[in-house]
Amino acid sequence: MIPGTFDYHRPTTVESAVALLMKLGEDARPLAGGHSLIPLMKTRLASPEHLVDLSAIEGLRRVEVEGNDVVIGAMTTQHSVITSTVLAELVPILRETALVIADPQIRYKGTIGGNCANGDPGNDMPALMQCLGASYQLTGADGNRLVPARDFYLGAYETALEPGEILTEIRIPVPPAGHGYGYEKLKRKVGDYATAAAAVVITMVSGTCTSASIGLTNVSETPLWAAEAAGILVGSTLDAATVDAAVAAAEAITNPASDMRGPSEYRTKMAGVMLRRALERARTRAIA
Amino acid sequence: MNEQVKIDIDRAERTEKLQGMGCKRKRVEDVRFTQGKGSYVDDLKLPGMLFGDFVRSPHAHARIVSIDTSRAKALPGVVAVLTAADLKPLGLHYMPTLAGDVQAVLADEKVLFQNQEVAFVIAEDRYIASDATELVEVVYEALPCIVDPFKAMLPDAPILREDIKDKMVGAHGPRKHPNHIFEWQIGDKQATDDVFARADVTIKEMLVDHRTHPSPLETCQSVASFDKVKGELTLWGTFQAPHVIRTVVSLISGLPEHKIHVIAPDIGGGFGNKVGAYAGYVCSVVGSIVLGVPVKWVEDRMENLSTTSFARDYHMTTELAATKDGKILGMRVHVLADHGAFDACADPSKWPAGFMNICTGSYDIPVAHLVVDGVYTNKASGGVAYRCSFRVTEAVFAIERAIEVLAQKLGMDAAELRMKNFIRAEQFPYHSALGWEYDSGDYHMAMQKAMDAIGYKALRAEQAEKREAFKRGETRELMGIGISFFTEIVGAGPAKNCDILGIAMFDSAEIRIHPTGSVIARMGTKSQGQGHETTYAQIIATELGIPADDIMIEEGNTDTAPYGLGTYGSRSTPVAGAATAVAARKIKAKAQMIAAHMLEVHEGDLEWDIDRFRVKGLPEKFKTMKEIAWSAYNAPPPNLEPGLEAVNYYEPPNMTYPFGAYFCVMDIDVDTGVAKTRRFYALDDCGTRINPMIIEGQVHGGLTEAFACAMGQEIRYDDMGNVMGASFMDFFLPTAVETPKWETDFTVTPSPHHPIGAKGVGESPHVGGVPCFSNAVNDAYAFLGAGHIQMPHDAWRLWQVGERLGLHG
Repeated sequence: MIPGTFDYHRPTTVESAVALLMKLGEDARPLAGGHSLIPLMKTRLASPEHLVDLSAIEGLRRVEVEGNDVVIGAMTTQHSVITSTVLAELVPILRETALVIADPQIRYKGTIGGNCANGDPGNDMPALMQCLGASYQLTGADGNRLVPARDFYLGAYETALEPGEILTEIRIPVPPAGHGYGYEKLKRKVGDYATAAAAVVITMVSGTCTSASIGLTNVSETPLWAAEAAGILVGSTLDAATVDAAVAAAEAITNPASDMRGPSEYRTKMAGVMLRRALERARTRAIA
Repeated sequence: MNEQVKIDIDRAERTEKLQGMGCKRKRVEDVRFTQGKGSYVDDLKLPGMLFGDFVRSPHAHARIVSIDTSRAKALPGVVAVLTAADLKPLGLHYMPTLAGDVQAVLADEKVLFQNQEVAFVIAEDRYIASDATELVEVVYEALPCIVDPFKAMLPDAPILREDIKDKMVGAHGPRKHPNHIFEWQIGDKQATDDVFARADVTIKEMLVDHRTHPSPLETCQSVASFDKVKGELTLWGTFQAPHVIRTVVSLISGLPEHKIHVIAPDIGGGFGNKVGAYAGYVCSVVGSIVLGVPVKWVEDRMENLSTTSFARDYHMTTELAATKDGKILGMRVHVLADHGAFDACADPSKWPAGFMNICTGSYDIPVAHLVVDGVYTNKASGGVAYRCSFRVTEAVFAIERAIEVLAQKLGMDAAELRMKNFIRAEQFPYHSALGWEYDSGDYHMAMQKAMDAIGYKALRAEQAEKREAFKRGETRELMGIGISFFTEIVGAGPAKNCDILGIAMFDSAEIRIHPTGSVIARMGTKSQGQGHETTYAQIIATELGIPADDIMIEEGNTDTAPYGLGTYGSRSTPVAGAATAVAARKIKAKAQMIAAHMLEVHEGDLEWDIDRFRVKGLPEKFKTMKEIAWSAYNAPPPNLEPGLEAVNYYEPPNMTYPFGAYFCVMDIDVDTGVAKTRRFYALDDCGTRINPMIIEGQVHGGLTEAFACAMGQEIRYDDMGNVMGASFMDFFLPTAVETPKWETDFTVTPSPHHPIGAKGVGESPHVGGVPCFSNAVNDAYAFLGAGHIQMPHDAWRLWQVGERLGLHG
């Protein structure tokens, strides 16, 4: 539990952070809240020679409405997500999700950008971002580019980030007023990653589901956007047969590892149970 | 106000001022603990101190082909790298275990479990030491490993312990196989077999008390400092039994015992993990002797969970025979005990399976027979008493699960079956079929009180309704009612059957009263959080009439404390607590002589009154203990030596037998396997209660660890012998969020042989709690024909039960 030797950098602008990462190459890692990276370093599963701490950069901690989007700076802490009145009003599922991440102490340090950028399949925010149709602003030497969360995750700890790039902003289209939502997470204890979790956002008109989006956490090497399952729900009254079919479709795309949380088949089934429960909660919340 | 009321108020005020036995005195140690001012081993910083770290084996079983330390030694800041080759000439590559085996300090020729210590790097700081461990190049030749204890004694099993493969008689008798450690038998086999052959009803179940770990928050650690000029060694460490460590170090190192100073400072929890001796202790000592500077070793969390003493791993084939109306006639148990790579159990020497023979529990079972086979596997060694007296958790789990299995087979209520078979109050002292003499108890009263408190009948009625509702598809929840009625056996113990490495298991107290009436007292035990500084002072306060706040309790320094066997197995109160009372009474006897002299009366004319001796019939003529103390030093009676102090080494005449009745109500979500504890009621009888608040805290802590063990905590290995989940990410240590709310209650049945009637309580809640949780889970699924469900009851395993029973549609 003793990390190897590393140098520590604390740039104050995104430009200088990017320049540092470009210069230092593969031996450097950006550091946000540190809750994924530092445990890896302490067990020497990661041994970066340079840490580029992003916490001194002004402007990466913000929550603002821009047109139809909510924009969240990458260094916004989970605690700030929980306490933001703007987010509570416009995208309440963010708060619901952040509240089941780790514990209060960690949420004071852990950031939404780090949670999204790290590519750890256990993180909760990535599947939620896929569910919400969010995009990530990646800043590199050539400036900014926008990548949809649904295209960002390539494998466990593998993302669309190019060398030197930093995830600086998350852009979330505000779901329609009256939408129903739910994030259901099964975990063994406080602070644990999900055995399985599901994010659901739906809209209902006169008892009929008019749109649906589903994200699944920690049941594959990447977060999963369950497009087919969501498609099955649209146009239905969320009757039992339809929900069963959607759950089956969602379960079908999972591929969880067997670990101490349980064998693969259990975790797949739990993805289904979490989806069912998240959907039920979303239905009760949707203003039809 | 009349005279009698005045006297009563005065006596009440004087009693309260003492803060003696029976009051909820606040823990004095908490003043420093809650401010982060405790002083632990890792807080120690000595000039020139170096740091050690281990190179550990990635393999569970492998031959060591070569070790190259040259790159590590070349790293700036590295001072030395020790391997078995360095220790061999000193005879220190193996060390004796408490169980009569030997244990590798640094692996010699072979590694026998994953993370076994292979080399010890000593460097100027812990970062360099850690870096250097990666530079030690070890070439291994992997060997087939044994993870399943049932495969250990197969004819073609790989031989694990080549160092003793020809030694077919071990410390506990003949060995049947090179991987066999011992066979231990007790009870009347013939009579038991006869009962089983004739009985109306028998049950037989394989009950697994799975491998777990005591996991104290502070890991194991030591600092050794050898003074080459004086030839003296000072060893600070996380020692539950500091004196035993001193003796062991003397025997191993050849240093005379008076030149070894062992100091256990504040300890952050032990739970059995800090009883034994570890490679880290030995290597820090060797490092300091060789280098002449202090060497510190601090285990990290993964090392603690994966290498230092595990607990349990008992595979218990448990049988009961009974009449058809539920009178238990006999018990038969065979245990396959997985001890890992070395037999490093921390039991009294004559008890290779601890006090497993308490397995007849709280019941009047006429005959019983117990066989325990210990085997080696490629896992870490240990088998310590995790918050219990030696193997009592295993024993209580066996009987308390078995009786539920029997109740189900008989179609009887499990509480009623217990009531029918309890040892009756008038049977105490009770001689059990497997050789113990239970000191005191009133089981029926305790059980009835618990059943009334929890509302047992109403709960069963609710459960019956919920079962019907479940069958009708109206709920997806199962309700389970868990019962456990346990009898502990603690306070080891009488010299006739309890010793450690030949040292009888007495304990000790030395009390010294200063001229001004304040006190320092030292004991041979060592608190790891139990609150000894608070409770021992309460005993002395009541015995001697000196306020507890004027009494300082000191433990852990072997130079100043009288020799004792340490704190584990709930022995502090039963043994050192008794020594404290006896030493106090010696002082009181002398004080009476002094008071008589001061008051110019005969000793027999005096009577004790809370904090003073007074003349019988003349209550205004008295001398307080404070006054007597001054006189003891400055004006003792003629022919009496000055001073006021006493020491007592107490050898208990018997063990003490705390007991309790626990009930758990659990609701299980069939679809996820998540179990929620709705209620948990714990009635404990620990005899005389010294500090009700500390008892309550002990019960809360013990139940929380019981909850952890039953519901998810485990040390698991894969088929390759890789230890799984040895971090707090996976190893289940419940937080306040997961922990159920505890309801506590008590009865008081004093121990007849203990000077103050106290029995010990620290471990009861763990011992009684584990089967209670497991019984609740089993009870929830019982009506569906689930059969016995093994622990741990984590969500995925319970979901699998539902899957097996076809409950998921």
